Amino acid sequence: MAVLELANISKHFGAIQAVNDVSFSLEAGQVVGLMGDNGAGKSTLVKMIAGNFRPSHGTMRLDGAELIMHRPVEARQHGIEIVHQDLALCNNLTAAANVFLGRELRRGFGPLRVLDYKTMYRRAGEIFRELKSETRPRDLVRQMSGGQRQAVAIARTMLSEAKIVLMDEPTAAISVRQVAEVLNLIRQLRDRGIAVVLISHRMPDVFTVADRVIVMRRGRKVADKPIALSSPEEVTGLITGAIEQV
Amino acid sequence: MAITLDQTISQKQQSWAAKVLGSQTFWVLIAVILACIFLAFVTDSFATTKNLYNITRNVTFVAIIALGMTLVIITGGIDLSVGSVLCLCSMVLAVVMHAGYSIEVGIAAAIGTALVIGAFNGILIAYLDFPPFVVTLGMLSIARSLAMVASNNTVVFQFGPDHDKLLALGGGAWFFGIANPVLYMIVLALFTGFVLRWTRFGRYVFAIGGNEHAATLTGVPVRKIKVAVYMISALSAGIAGIIQTGWLGAVTTNIGAGMELQVIAAAVIGGANLAGGVGTAFGAIIGAALIEVIRNSLGLLGINAFWQGTFIGSAIVLAVLFDRIRNFRLSE
Repeated sequence: MAVLELANISKHFGAIQAVNDVSFSLEAGQVVGLMGDNGAGKSTLVKMIAGNFRPSHGTMRLDGAELIMHRPVEARQHGIEIVHQDLALCNNLTAAANVFLGRELRRGFGPLRVLDYKTMYRRAGEIFRELKSETRPRDLVRQMSGGQRQAVAIARTMLSEAKIVLMDEPTAAISVRQVAEVLNLIRQLRDRGIAVVLISHRMPDVFTVADRVIVMRRGRKVADKPIALSSPEEVTGLITGAIEQV
Repeated sequence: MAITLDQTISQKQQSWAAKVLGSQTFWVLIAVILACIFLAFVTDSFATTKNLYNITRNVTFVAIIALGMTLVIITGGIDLSVGSVLCLCSMVLAVVMHAGYSIEVGIAAAIGTALVIGAFNGILIAYLDFPPFVVTLGMLSIARSLAMVASNNTVVFQFGPDHDKLLALGGGAWFFGIANPVLYMIVLALFTGFVLRWTRFGRYVFAIGGNEHAATLTGVPVRKIKVAVYMISALSAGIAGIIQTGWLGAVTTNIGAGMELQVIAAAVIGGANLAGGVGTAFGAIIGAALIEVIRNSLGLLGINAFWQGTFIGSAIVLAVLFDRIRNFRLSE
């Protein structure tokens, strides 16, 4: 069954039609590569799923129930997690502090509640272990490599039982070795039964890790097919418009 | 033997000792201690009960405000209005008590004034995106002017029926001969330190200073925290004003003039980073202590008071230099 279903979603800003009549569905445990040139409508589409914008037309359904969000925080409550392109990390805090940022664990009662460092370090450590990432919960993020920083950002999505993880250009600015690390992290998420949307410009990454590819051009969905039935050449053609639609 | 993933993850990055040795606050503390030992040997008057009593008490006013300032600086902001807010709160207290009200009413009025000013600063900065420098610079001017209006620019030295209570509050020594202001400072420092380390509020203060955008995206109530931080800063100035009024026994409209710079200097010497994200309560106290020891020692050593600024200025640059050297090493 589909986790998330988008039906005839459109979004316009004034006269600009950013997303035009897009429908697709996400399955649990599936990685979907979302591709398209700058301005194709990828970001707008993702921001609607993330609760930043409300669609002008169309409906979204989460587990069959209609999904209406007013603020980004609500997405998280629905089990939709976002890994932002800039990762949204605080360099001056530890890895564990960043993982739990905005949802710190506390102990004690009533007004006398203090941060539960011990449990947060332990939980963060467990998540890094699950992700098979060499990231130490007590290290400051300032001193971390690009791959570790990704692991911290991804670890956030595993705090709660996320159903959908949206990743915005996770491999844009990191080294080759770290890209491999991040792709592994994505597989870890998939193996946990999470639906992953990978927004990327990098063709090799999408073809390595994704099960399905969706291509957007000028606000419209021009392709949605299993990765095995497509090729980088075809996707490039779809992105640039050399191939109209498949 | 290969190192397993588990070992790596549970490993601590640096020992407790390495952390202490790497902190600016620690080295400033060493400097304060060395200066005190040096002065105790070189001068007859430094290590006397009376001088130490004076030093500890003089530290407190700058130190208490530096606690509030440290919170503001950690969020990446600045509060230039604290000196004027101290003056206004002192004057509100003085005028209210002079008019015949009790000390409780006077203190409530002074605290209320501080909170209103802090909220005003904070709302302009957090909700209307004013630069903190501009808003608090404006408030620096406004608050002192209001103090002049409230008192008609006179000196107030009679505080009505509770006159003696107020003087005892600021000038007394209720606990083992330690000056009252010092006790207040210690309590407030412990409280601030606790809040920064152990509460979610403290964690958010650091997060905002580290990456405000990230804090917003992860659901931290950035604006509310910012307003609270400026209110705390003004409140610390108000508290210092109340204590100072009790100690001096008189209020003029020029008390606290230029104090904001001393307070910022204390916070920065103590390790707070003006770029945001770094700072401690203990550091604020140590920074204030170093400034006061420098001031005191110049007098005792018979060095012309005109040199004071040079020494304090050098202390600021030196303290931050340590931090820079450490960062250069880290980045290499």
